[in-house]
Amino acid sequence: MRNDNSIAKGVDWSIIILYAILVIIGLFMIFANEYKEGDNIFEPFFTQNRDYGKQGLWICVCAVLATFIVLTDSKFFTATANLLYAFGIVLCIAALFIGSEVKGSKSWIVLGGFRLQPSELCKVFTCLALAKFISRQETDFSKTQSQLVGAAIALFPAIITVAQNETGLALVYFSFFLAMYREGLPPFILIAGASIAVILILSLIFAPITLLIFYSVLALLVIFFTRRLFKRTPILLWIIVATWVMASVISSLAIPYLINNVMKPYQRDRIYSLVGKPYIPQNLEERAELEKLKAKTKGKSQNQSEYNVIQSKIAIGSGGFIGKGYLKGTQTRYDFVPEQRTDFIFCTIGEGFGFIGSVIFLLLYAILLFRIVRIAERQRSTFSRVYAYSVASIFFFHIAINICMTIGLAPVIGIPLPLISYGGSSLLTFTLLLFILVRLDADRQMILR
Amino acid sequence: MPAINHSRKRVIQLVFISVFLVIVVQLFNLQIISNKYANLALNNAVTKKIAYPSRGIIFDRKGKAIIENVARFDLMITPSQVKGIDTATLCRLLQIDTAEYHKRFVSSIIKNGSYRPSVFESFVAAPLQAQLEENMYKFPGFYLSERPVRSYPFKAAAHILGYVAEVDTSIIRRSGYFYQMGDLVGRSGLEKTYERVLMGQRGINYLVKDNKNRIQGSYEKGVFDTSAEAGRNLYSSIDIELQQLAEKLLNSKIGSIVAINPKTGGVLAMASGPSYDPNDLAGGAFRKNWGRMAMDTARPLYNRAIKGQYPPGSTFKPLGALVALDQGLITPSFGYGCYGAYYACRRPVKCTHSGHGHAASLRIALANSCNSYFCHIFRMAIDNPAYRNPTEGYLKWKEYMNSFGMGVKLGIDLPSEDYASIPDTSKYNKDFGGARRWNSCNIVTLGIGQDRMTATPLQMANVTSIIANRGYYYTPHFIDSIQDENEGDSVYLSRYRQKHTVTHIADSSYEAVVNGMHDVTIYGTASFLRIPGIEYCAKTGTAQNPHGKNHSIFTCFAPKNNPRIAVSVVIENAGYGATWAGPIATLIMEKYLNDTISNGSNHTLERVSKADLIPAAIKRWYYVRDSIRNAKLGVKDVNVDTVIETIVVVPKKTTFDPEAEPNRNDSNELNIEKGTMLLPDDKKSKPDSTINEKR
Repeated sequence: MRNDNSIAKGVDWSIIILYAILVIIGLFMIFANEYKEGDNIFEPFFTQNRDYGKQGLWICVCAVLATFIVLTDSKFFTATANLLYAFGIVLCIAALFIGSEVKGSKSWIVLGGFRLQPSELCKVFTCLALAKFISRQETDFSKTQSQLVGAAIALFPAIITVAQNETGLALVYFSFFLAMYREGLPPFILIAGASIAVILILSLIFAPITLLIFYSVLALLVIFFTRRLFKRTPILLWIIVATWVMASVISSLAIPYLINNVMKPYQRDRIYSLVGKPYIPQNLEERAELEKLKAKTKGKSQNQSEYNVIQSKIAIGSGGFIGKGYLKGTQTRYDFVPEQRTDFIFCTIGEGFGFIGSVIFLLLYAILLFRIVRIAERQRSTFSRVYAYSVASIFFFHIAINICMTIGLAPVIGIPLPLISYGGSSLLTFTLLLFILVRLDADRQMILR
Repeated sequence: MPAINHSRKRVIQLVFISVFLVIVVQLFNLQIISNKYANLALNNAVTKKIAYPSRGIIFDRKGKAIIENVARFDLMITPSQVKGIDTATLCRLLQIDTAEYHKRFVSSIIKNGSYRPSVFESFVAAPLQAQLEENMYKFPGFYLSERPVRSYPFKAAAHILGYVAEVDTSIIRRSGYFYQMGDLVGRSGLEKTYERVLMGQRGINYLVKDNKNRIQGSYEKGVFDTSAEAGRNLYSSIDIELQQLAEKLLNSKIGSIVAINPKTGGVLAMASGPSYDPNDLAGGAFRKNWGRMAMDTARPLYNRAIKGQYPPGSTFKPLGALVALDQGLITPSFGYGCYGAYYACRRPVKCTHSGHGHAASLRIALANSCNSYFCHIFRMAIDNPAYRNPTEGYLKWKEYMNSFGMGVKLGIDLPSEDYASIPDTSKYNKDFGGARRWNSCNIVTLGIGQDRMTATPLQMANVTSIIANRGYYYTPHFIDSIQDENEGDSVYLSRYRQKHTVTHIADSSYEAVVNGMHDVTIYGTASFLRIPGIEYCAKTGTAQNPHGKNHSIFTCFAPKNNPRIAVSVVIENAGYGATWAGPIATLIMEKYLNDTISNGSNHTLERVSKADLIPAAIKRWYYVRDSIRNAKLGVKDVNVDTVIETIVVVPKKTTFDPEAEPNRNDSNELNIEKGTMLLPDDKKSKPDSTINEKR
């Protein structure tokens, strides 16, 4: 029950302030990318001919929307969660058929002058639906059956998104497993899933021999620290050894075999390019074949992401300790990094403000995430808690993958940096995610189902 | 359960922290540990733009600029900015068709990409430039860019000045990548020798560019920029009017004229025929004309004054006399009884005179240019009893020659000077099948400037100025001083300010030779050539050569006392020395010393400059070339019969490229007089036709 005397009662201002800071940082970074000396700074806000002008408009739209959400009754979200989820799914499927194709993915619906990406919005609806499902009184999430249903709710939109050729966005849905883990998903699934992902990425980035040494050291360390547990559960040792063997086999045998013997050269090229490594075949015939392939695509390298990552690393690396200063970054201001207002916006921060600035920026995100977790834990209703964890997970996944890909630690899968990257859909989605949480948190004393 | 879930909250927080830590570690690695990224970023975004200063100007001895810079314009195109222009108008202005327009448009995209400007039409002519400027607003994406070009107001001295052209990869490599593609560099002549002086100091502007290499402004507001310094001017010893006269006299002739101021070593004029208008190799004309000139069989690009190697013939005789006098073998009064040939060796060497007493003393022998006399004193020098054998005598003689600048590079400030030939003993050892197997008789014609001896016109002029100076010389050079001369310039000029004394031949010896050379102009071989009001000394030469008719050679200096000019003239395949080379040389001296040419001499000037002495074979080459071109152009109205009649049929035996094979000795005509003497070479020589095929 909301107190009518004050709209703002129970609203968590720290989240709103963090939100405002991040959105404004984002606006400034997009501006830094686009602004050239002598341009009229404020005109684009009215003419909408620049990205930062458009982003400004989106921020206004989001502010209005946020106000509306905060004014909405919390019960609205629990009541319409399933309906919204269904609506989101329908939109996604609709986009698959009537959507317009942008950069090879059919995930956009054009409404008047605006383009909307339903698969972005669907994240919000999936959060609500998952929260709704887990908070049902009849759901016992410790049961495998419930866990399977939860996973299905989380992954169904992902499947549609993959069909839309937006693999990056689809991967985001895996972040719900983190929320589900909090609600009772066995840790084994999380650990195994994360480990396999990490091992796959590591095997692409590092040489097999380096990894072998790394795994062995890691295994020995784990054995050393857990040695007292062996007496109680002797099988643990075997699990560790088995994991070590498996990881080593995957990294030094399976992956190289898969890449070198099963894949076609262009696929290999793509795989390597995801982590920003040039692929130069040792085999002369293969090299010729690859050259032919590249010539056929008229110089547009299959390997665009490789260039992106190298340029991105140059931009961030050249920032040094204190950075070049705002509007002084040569790499980000003169378009060396492609997609730098969307996926590679972090380069602008890294180049302009250096290590110090980047760490402070990361700290802002860390505070936001910890604040959300804290909010989650203070909820009385399961719905709000699950929703809060889902929001935290989505934010975390986006932040981690996006920044990791700009610094060459993760494959380039094209997902935006929350609240910073240019793009209406993404800003709208994260605004919705956060402000629904703020609304739910304001009613934290209520039991919502 | 809540307890477990509480711990799970901690696990989730731990995951957050650990991933953020990994990111921080990688950031630390990228931004602080590895320092390569800063450089990479600089390479990415900062570009050096070189500001080219204007090249230095070269002045003649009277302070006239003989080489200048004029502004020419290139029409540049930035393909990405070309939108909706009136192609037809532009094509009409440039006089190209639309197909050509599109071809150039596409090729500029291929060459430089569509975001960067490239040259659409280089060196736009002045009237067209004015038209384009007027209409430029109609052609977005096009603009005119200024480029200085060399200009030669006197249309002369092409071989001396050389030309400027774009660097090629080998020049870039040799310069240690100092030059960059597209830079202009002196490729020959003074432009090449004094490149570093003329080019000035290049300025460097650091500019910021974007990912498509478009310039975005100056880097850090230009604090790292350096400004360009204009090239320094050169003050030369050339007399441009004399140079023009020399080139006029060489019209339709193959040969060379060199005039030196003996007092300073400064070259007053140096002409090589055939020549060309230096403006034909400046700026846009270079591409059009260079190939044609390089392919021309008469080799207009070739500076015969420093690269042409000719047997000096009789003009060598004063030198032979000086050697004999200095070695004490003869006195000026030494005489030789010549009866029309030199019979002392197995084969007689013919002499043009047979009358008794025409070689009664050195002076008379010089005036009459007696072959026998100089063959004799040459043999005396080789067989000098002071040395054990002819080889040692020869080596001593060669030492004299080299000190006179014969057979060595003089070190003039032009690139690729030739040292011609004073043969080494090893050459003769090979010719005659071993050391000691040859004697003074075998090489007797060296004494009259034949055999294997060759000299460049410059060397001949230098020898003449040594005689004129009575024993010393300054290395011939063009550049007297450099504007704002500094210590570094001594690399260029110090060697030209050093006096060289040639051995220590007595003045009396020089006087004897000078008197003989003076007599040449009084009653000798050049007696009919006069310079009004001036007594001069000269020596004619008629050099036999393997390539056809004799070369006409003349060396002289004037006035006799206190000489101010020394000249050597070589006209290839033109006959007697006094017939063609003589009048040319005297006209040069007259012009220089009297500053004008008298009416009487004007007649000679007209006659000589109009004379066409180009060998028939070269004319034939031109004829064939032109008819092939005409045939290709589809010209049908060429009446072959009438044209062919004007063509002189060339004897098959002769070849016409003395420079390509200067030391070639395979022709029967090498003999001093046909059939009078057979050199060992001739025994070995094969019929010319086979040799020609072989080469």
